Amino acid sequence: MFDLKDLYQEVIVDHNRSPRNFGKLENADRSLEGYNPLCGDRLTVYLKLDGDQITDIRFDGSGCAISIASASLMTEAMKDKTIAEARLIFNNFHELVTTDGTDIDHDKLGKLMAIAGVRDYPTRVKCATLCWHTLHSAIAGEQTSVSTE
Amino acid sequence: MTFDNTAKKLQSQATVLDIEQIRADFPILSQQVHGKPLVYLDNAATTQKPNQVIETIDQYYRQYNSNIHRGVHTLSERGTAAYEKARLTIRDFINASSEKEIILLSGATEAINLVAQSYGRSRLSEGDEIIISQMEHHSNIVPWQIVAEQTGASLKVIPINDAGELIMDEYRKLLTDKTRLVAVGHISNALGSINPIKEIIDLAHEYGALALVDGAQAVPHTVVDVQALDCDFYAFSGHKLFGPTGTGVLYGKQTLLEDMPPYQAGGDMIKMVTFEKTIYNDLPYKFEAGTPHISGVIGLGAAIEYVNNIGLQAIAAYEHELLDYATEALTTVKGLRIIGTAANKVSVLSFIMDNIHPHDLGTILDHAGIAIRTGHHCAMPVMQHFQIPATARASMAFYNTKQEIDCLVQGIEYAKKVFA
Repeated sequence: MFDLKDLYQEVIVDHNRSPRNFGKLENADRSLEGYNPLCGDRLTVYLKLDGDQITDIRFDGSGCAISIASASLMTEAMKDKTIAEARLIFNNFHELVTTDGTDIDHDKLGKLMAIAGVRDYPTRVKCATLCWHTLHSAIAGEQTSVSTE
Repeated sequence: MTFDNTAKKLQSQATVLDIEQIRADFPILSQQVHGKPLVYLDNAATTQKPNQVIETIDQYYRQYNSNIHRGVHTLSERGTAAYEKARLTIRDFINASSEKEIILLSGATEAINLVAQSYGRSRLSEGDEIIISQMEHHSNIVPWQIVAEQTGASLKVIPINDAGELIMDEYRKLLTDKTRLVAVGHISNALGSINPIKEIIDLAHEYGALALVDGAQAVPHTVVDVQALDCDFYAFSGHKLFGPTGTGVLYGKQTLLEDMPPYQAGGDMIKMVTFEKTIYNDLPYKFEAGTPHISGVIGLGAAIEYVNNIGLQAIAAYEHELLDYATEALTTVKGLRIIGTAANKVSVLSFIMDNIHPHDLGTILDHAGIAIRTGHHCAMPVMQHFQIPATARASMAFYNTKQEIDCLVQGIEYAKKVFA
């Protein structure tokens, strides 16, 4: 049986209560909205790029604890990373929440491991991945908002 | 007789339901979820099915599965008889004057789409107006948007107040000689509000408009008499009425249905086909193309018989007691706000919590074995009115108990601790 505490870990509760890098990024080079019609989560990810590097990343919007905490942790993980590094983290994270996680480099994911509990809640995986897909599309230069459906 | 004016009177004369006996009829209710007894409070989404329905369907497939209306063999005759008997049960359930007025479809959604596409598309034109309301389920919004686009008609919306009631004065202002059709829900799925449907229908008729009632949320809770209401169309789903999914009913006045063009074409809806000309079948078959959901309709008949045996008046009275109990219990929870506080309500409670998103609450309650619905409940304009993305919704049926509501409150208090 799944333990609820695996999903709502202290890290998640904390990042939901006080999300990091929250609020609009003025002069963002890219911004993109992600929307989950199932639960109404709506997040915008803002990026400041210097060549190949993410020099600043912020987000705003509203959503459940999983989506807010995931976005908060994502911005922490992505700051000052190159786009290639960001893609690697994205792929690792995606593995983490959608597979049994045997091939994942836990050390590289660090605090993001807190989101792993979502694996056992199929309906909630989309909450955790909303901001990530939005970032992925923003990096790819897409203009239209991202939907989980 | 409508629920609006009789609910309170009925409460005093209610026969006491034997809830334990009733619960024993619903095998699904006795299971454990995450190691806790299931508390099923998502009845506005779909209701559970009693043994009587499950066994009726089982019997059909084990003993007389066959195609109906055409076969001359014994099984087909049994199937046809059972299917048509269910139609009569449905006719009597909503007091329609003829079984020709009972069109058997896949759900309330299809019933509304049928009226929009058959009646709406053939009769509406530029300048005509359709009135709906802000509290409609998407299935009573989008079909009208589509037909409006197809015909050049326009859509007007009755606003709601902060209690989640229709603003009737605004409705009166929207009615003009251009109004052709008023399509309003009898009871709101997201808010539980019972609309003054008789008044809405009468006002529509005063302006020469037709009235369609989306009764998906009403039939499990209240006595519906389509003749007393004088509605032109009444749509509902079987699965919200303790029957199988994939079943639904459109009631329509015979004179209207006779003049309407077919909605879908195929077998069973015709009398004669040649390549030069096809003669359509009589009502109700004109609107029932293809092999229908035979087992489902027979199962729906069994569901209605089950509800009739308990008695909708007793059900309404008991559910009102549950609603009062739950409203009071939830009101004591700090940080909880009920969305939808209409004076006339059924046992549907939408609410939001300070600092806890409905989706998180839904997951935490699920862990306590409690099934509620979270989200926009296919009624996004309702969420827009209250400026919230989503609510948590507990919706009760006659098999729910006060103890289960206590479990809900305990679950909410636990969720508050998780996020404290």
